[in-house]
Amino acid sequence: MGFLDYAPAPESASILSLRDSYGLFIGGEFVDGSGASFSTISPSTEKQITTVSEATDADVDLAVRAARRAYTQVWSKMSGGERGKYLFRIARIIQERSRELAVAESMDNGKPIRETRDVDIPLVAAWFFYYAGWADKLDYAGLGPQPKALGVAGQVIPWNFPMLMLAWKIAPALAAGNTVVLKPAETTPLTALLFAEICQQADLPAGVVNIVTGAGATGSALVSHPDINKVAFTGSTGVGRKIAETLAGTGTRLTLELGGKGANIIFDDAAIDQAIEGVVSGIFFNQGHVCCAGSRLLVQENIHDDVVERLQRRLSTLRLGDPLDKNTDIGAVNSKVQLERITALANAGDEEGATRWTAACEIPSQGFWFAPTVFTGVQTSHTIAREEIFGPVLSVLTFRTPDEAVAKANNSPYGLSAGIWTEKASRMLAIADRLRAGVVWANTFNKFDPASPFGGYKESGYGREGGRHGLAAYLKSGNEEAVTR
Amino acid sequence: MNNEVGPVRTNAVSVLGGSVTDSSLRNFLEGIPGVDVVGAEARASWFASRSIKTTSKVWALNQVVRLIDLTTLEGADTPGKVRSLARKAIYPDPADALCPNVAAVCVYGDMVPHVIDALGDWHVSKRPDGVAVAAVATAFPSGRASLQVKLTDTKDAVEAGADEIDMVIDRGAYLTGKYAQVFDEIVAVKEACRRADGTFAHLKVILETGELATLDNVRRASWLAILAGADFIKTSTGKVSPAATLPVTVTMLEVIRDWHHLTGERIGMKPAGGIRASKDAIRYLVAVAETLGEEWLDPHLFRFGASTLLNDVVLQRQKMVTGHYSGPDYVTVD
Repeated sequence: MGFLDYAPAPESASILSLRDSYGLFIGGEFVDGSGASFSTISPSTEKQITTVSEATDADVDLAVRAARRAYTQVWSKMSGGERGKYLFRIARIIQERSRELAVAESMDNGKPIRETRDVDIPLVAAWFFYYAGWADKLDYAGLGPQPKALGVAGQVIPWNFPMLMLAWKIAPALAAGNTVVLKPAETTPLTALLFAEICQQADLPAGVVNIVTGAGATGSALVSHPDINKVAFTGSTGVGRKIAETLAGTGTRLTLELGGKGANIIFDDAAIDQAIEGVVSGIFFNQGHVCCAGSRLLVQENIHDDVVERLQRRLSTLRLGDPLDKNTDIGAVNSKVQLERITALANAGDEEGATRWTAACEIPSQGFWFAPTVFTGVQTSHTIAREEIFGPVLSVLTFRTPDEAVAKANNSPYGLSAGIWTEKASRMLAIADRLRAGVVWANTFNKFDPASPFGGYKESGYGREGGRHGLAAYLKSGNEEAVTR
Repeated sequence: MNNEVGPVRTNAVSVLGGSVTDSSLRNFLEGIPGVDVVGAEARASWFASRSIKTTSKVWALNQVVRLIDLTTLEGADTPGKVRSLARKAIYPDPADALCPNVAAVCVYGDMVPHVIDALGDWHVSKRPDGVAVAAVATAFPSGRASLQVKLTDTKDAVEAGADEIDMVIDRGAYLTGKYAQVFDEIVAVKEACRRADGTFAHLKVILETGELATLDNVRRASWLAILAGADFIKTSTGKVSPAATLPVTVTMLEVIRDWHHLTGERIGMKPAGGIRASKDAIRYLVAVAETLGEEWLDPHLFRFGASTLLNDVVLQRQKMVTGHYSGPDYVTVD
């Protein structure tokens, strides 16, 4: 055994004390739902972690009623300063319980503990701190004096960043004075249920936050509930489109954060070693389960071979395995369904003529895994250049001129993220200006900050989350007119 | 420790595509890709966040001892002081016979005979896994002297029996763009490392990265030193702050990696100055292993220039063996 076979350094799961089963969090209490229960498993071992309830239409209705009651009786009457105190308190409890939350997230989602510990949970706390500060300053949100909350928000979030997406949804909604009913993804309900405990610990008034677990039917019941004023959804473009159809003409406000096929553009003057790192974190961070992933690598043709070679050497050092081991870089794919989808799309890459390269790493016998994969010789017409794979699969394409780079980067139904790697600042700014993507990173990738708005163009959705812009999704102007952005 | 590559690295001419001039060096060095500081620092902190525990930690601590150039470079150095240090180099932990010896003792040239004498049978000439003697030369640490003086300084140390020479580059010349002057000086010093029998003392080239200031300069100077024939590239003299840092070291390791990829030659790396804790030293091992491979974690290819680091490693070793921390009175003051 050599030094690079680092001895196991597992984070202890004993810090977690989970219940055998969880009900629904409605009106400040955990209650038994009227539906069946289902288990949530750890995707790295396929072992059950706990069981949760599947909320029925009736359960969702109870949750919305609780949220409405809390809104009219308590939360809408409370001053912004008081609301802010609760949010600050929640943020502090999240920091205090960060290790526990990081372990829970890693177990339930399959992502490495180093990511939940260093990225997910610190950002969750940051989001609550940031929006806590806004709660008493809404007059400065850019919506005129004394903007008003919308009412009850129905929020549906995905499994890739379970608790971070919860924070993106709940923190601005509460700061703006709304109450919420949130549905976590069916494969990753754990941290949302722990968040319910945190709400109790913070003495948050009953009904301000309600958590209903379940699958698509629960989500559908929530977004189509007649007493919801606002729907916020993060997930696939297909589901987003259905929600938009459901809500068309109802007056319910909607923001959608959907898929992406981000282009990461490397010019020949880029700081090459740092660009390689950026490409790696752009697509292999969180097993590629990132809507803003840099899944299309656009390399200037004259450095293509060098970049691919450096990338392959670097990827060979990534460590795939137990998500709770502190040295793991690549964890498990979140579910069997997702693994099958990644596998099918990668096979399409082979069939259409791209060249597959896979990092040599041992795949554990249990669980759902996909080794880091790079396709070269990808053409813009290939499926793997057009469809979101949502997995650790990178498609490498080339370009010759800046114009061609921009044209290819924009040639996608999506428009969520893009990256530019160059040491020439004038080019960086000029290219960024022409990319039709909600986020453009320059000489970095996948960096998030609560002060920065995030959202998409085209089929990547509409509305912005984060920053001052994120408040506009949960407020209307003081004279009751709907605020359109 | 003898290097078979001739005075001018044979690959330099082919890499530069012609003769070595200021302009050919400028074209080459300023044409290599830059370094993004934010990204380089992120990479370094990635290495620093590796969790090295249990058996890996035991191996790492022992290996750190094996990789240390135990150093004293003071105006107040005396034969008594360096003798004490030589003994420490052989027996870092007198209470533990299993504790390995360090790689080398690093001193000023005039102290070389005293160190060799004190090492006795432990000198690397008597046993290959013994302790080498490294001497700083070339008007260390500033390098502000004529070439004549620098070469005499070097030759003196080699004649006195130094196994390794740690030279400084002329940072003034580098910063004014006189790349050929820096190059030629390294070539000349390398030639001065030639012994009577035709073998060479091992040459470590100190870039003094704290004075080069930018990572772009660190990267270019690393290439320059390797092209000119360095066996090792070394970060710092220890007399300028900042001395060795992880981002600087990673940048230099990446040049060594690229050179190896290009030519198949293995160049050594020596971060020096400012590495005082075992925890920091282990981070360097991680960076080396993940950038260059485990084969580089060998005294022939990697060294720590350090003094206080050794006692901290000894304390950590004791802790791994006994399960509890002792204290400063359980390691020797040399």
